[in-house]
Amino acid sequence: MQEQELDILLVEDNPNDAELTQRALRKTDIGARLLIARDGAEAIERVLTEGLRPRVIFLDLKLPKIDGMEVLRRIRADERTRQIPVVVLTSSQEERDINESYKLGVNSYVVKPVEFDKFYKTVSDLGTYWLVLNKTPL
Amino acid sequence: MTSLSGVEILLVEDNPNDVELTLRALQKQNLASKVFVVKDGAEALEFIFATGNYSVRKIDDHPKVILLDLKLPKVDGIEVLRKIKADPRTKDMPVVMLTSSQEERDVIETYKLGVNSYIVKPVDFSNFVHAVSELGLYWGLLNKVPY
Repeated sequence: MQEQELDILLVEDNPNDAELTQRALRKTDIGARLLIARDGAEAIERVLTEGLRPRVIFLDLKLPKIDGMEVLRRIRADERTRQIPVVVLTSSQEERDINESYKLGVNSYVVKPVEFDKFYKTVSDLGTYWLVLNKTPL
Repeated sequence: MTSLSGVEILLVEDNPNDVELTLRALQKQNLASKVFVVKDGAEALEFIFATGNYSVRKIDDHPKVILLDLKLPKVDGIEVLRKIKADPRTKDMPVVMLTSSQEERDVIETYKLGVNSYIVKPVDFSNFVHAVSELGLYWGLLNKVPY
């Protein structure tokens, strides 16, 4: 099997959050190759139809067309994609969402900090953790 | 050593040097007081499932993360992982492999069993300390667990 060509698939419909995430990751010197999907349908298209294999997926929950929970469910249900690390990155702190995500086999659940600086820091920590420290199966 | 309740990080590691180094790195993040160390896979299972020597524990008193070595005495890390992820009472607990094995076979097998993350122990001393402190921060502070 070949090396992944994409590091991060960011599934995020909020343009501000997407922009900020992109900027924070650029700052980390990881040189992360990032692709943004603006809704759940696009995420599924990229991963399940086109066969894109990112090293990690950062997944928002509230998304147009197909929501994040359903994206997670479909990625985990498919033999070819179930091992891709998925981190839910959301503003929801609701117990129900956390429970459901873990039941579906999320790797990690991170709440987006509201404050700008903290958001920035969290995203760069996330990038470092999943791209530098963590090992993904090829 | 921590008391048996309120443990936040369970470290499953048989190598005393790695234990020492891991604790030192976590100390820097003020996380060391919440770490509990077990030295083999059988003891890890007793701790996690609150049986044997750990029957005074409550099974739902989950740590925030389990740092699990692969090569362990008595019961190996893969088997410990399998048991955690196969049981509805424990399967939502984040498990991170912390191992010297870079073998693709081990990476694939652990992801198949539902590991949350796989970290190769850096050989170099300062890299090891750095990796462990990042690890502690991530699972101790950034990640949210469903309990």
